[in-house]
Amino acid sequence: MKQMNTSRRQRSWDLRAAANFIGGGTGTGLLMASVVAAAFGPTTPVTMAAGAVFVMLGLSMVWLEIGKPWRALHVFFHPQTSWMTREGIIAGPLVAAVGAWVVLGLSAALPLVFVLAAGFLFCQARMLRASRGIPAWKQAEVVPFLIATGVAEGTGMMAVLGGSSPALVGFALAAGLAREAAWWAYGRGLARSHAPKASMDVLMKSAPAMACRAAQVAALVLWLATLSGVTDVALLAGLLAAVSGWGIKALLITRAAFTRGPAIAMCPVRGRGIGLPIEA
Amino acid sequence: MTRYIMVADLRRCVGCQTCTSSCKETNATPPGVQWRRVLDIEAGEYPLVRRVFVPTGCQHCDDPPCMEVCPSTATGQRKDGIVTIDYDLCIGCSYCALACPYEARYKVDDVEYVYGAAATATEVARRDQQKIGIVTKCTFCVDRIDAGTKAGKVPGVDPEATPACVNSCISGALRFGDIDNPDSAVSKLVAENKWFRMHEDEGTGPGFYYLWDKGAL
Repeated sequence: MKQMNTSRRQRSWDLRAAANFIGGGTGTGLLMASVVAAAFGPTTPVTMAAGAVFVMLGLSMVWLEIGKPWRALHVFFHPQTSWMTREGIIAGPLVAAVGAWVVLGLSAALPLVFVLAAGFLFCQARMLRASRGIPAWKQAEVVPFLIATGVAEGTGMMAVLGGSSPALVGFALAAGLAREAAWWAYGRGLARSHAPKASMDVLMKSAPAMACRAAQVAALVLWLATLSGVTDVALLAGLLAAVSGWGIKALLITRAAFTRGPAIAMCPVRGRGIGLPIEA
Repeated sequence: MTRYIMVADLRRCVGCQTCTSSCKETNATPPGVQWRRVLDIEAGEYPLVRRVFVPTGCQHCDDPPCMEVCPSTATGQRKDGIVTIDYDLCIGCSYCALACPYEARYKVDDVEYVYGAAATATEVARRDQQKIGIVTKCTFCVDRIDAGTKAGKVPGVDPEATPACVNSCISGALRFGDIDNPDSAVSKLVAENKWFRMHEDEGTGPGFYYLWDKGAL
């Protein structure tokens, strides 16, 4: 016996929250790509500064969403278990480290930027994973997907803002392929966990999702074309890689976020009836 | 030790929503906020169809996921198992609402009244600005429990120390008490009936037991 569907779309987080995941993912991906680029030769401070701006813009959107913005410092109170606290704690040193390199030219800050950016991105991914009320978020495979898409978006933005090199294009192609693999694993995980049908429909079948997926595949093709020397379309590839990731994350946070819904395991015995189990 | 739980006998609940009304009256929750809800759930397909009324709300879990994610430590847990929210610490990020598998948490961003722009006299008298912009949920009427026990009353036995929803239940479907006390009514109900807890697979250890048949498990 099956019970009626009680799943509903969450209304707690909107596009402002999605913007945090968009800004944080792209920003940290851009920072990591910039550090890698700096390790291989002279690089522009524009991409590094832009990465920090992306991260801070994302956090600013969260600040606009919380109900008591003037209590924002309370976000730092629970590093023991809260990934939101951990994300907040990393943000300050991350921006400071970027500032140390961009403003003061301290090359020693570069490894720190990489580690902090990776940590920030990991915290963001774990934030969703810890949201146990939303099956599409608590799925374990959401963590590698968010990390992979952040890196893919960041390398894409690197090509847009800092120009491309064969090494960057190769790195971006690898990041894009990693995102494809992570997305595939995420989809399989959702199906295996019997995620709400509405979530699956939004993420796998809706027109915006299909458009984002098409853009991601197009970005891969363009990276490949650029790498093989057919034509230099790295700028377009980078733009598609970033924007498609933003679209998928916006869908994931807002439209695909359905709750599990209240459920009963057994129908009660009433009168002369019998108890009947409810299928999960 | 004391561990307060709630028992909902699904065989007895008739879906009258008296508990819901009682909760709203006691806690003065605004429109759209129902700390105690009674769901009207259908199951099966014709001709084998069942309708079940399911009281629900905060399950006051042993291992509450809301407390784990809360960045401000506003969500806490007392030694008696009651999960609390410190309204002075909460920043209203709603992360807890998304971590709760029971959809038990509510955030109100603006003052709203039942009849639109004009507030009733009761709403004016009981308006609580402190609860705007933060997250709220069922407290198991913790103020009543504390005041009652201080006065020597027993939660689940004496109405003065018992949650309002339980006091109001017309059919005795809702019961409250200390499951660690083997003589309490809830301990006996849990021991003598078959029960389940919602989303047990989440591992949260909900403090809300749903009875569905007589006889021990």
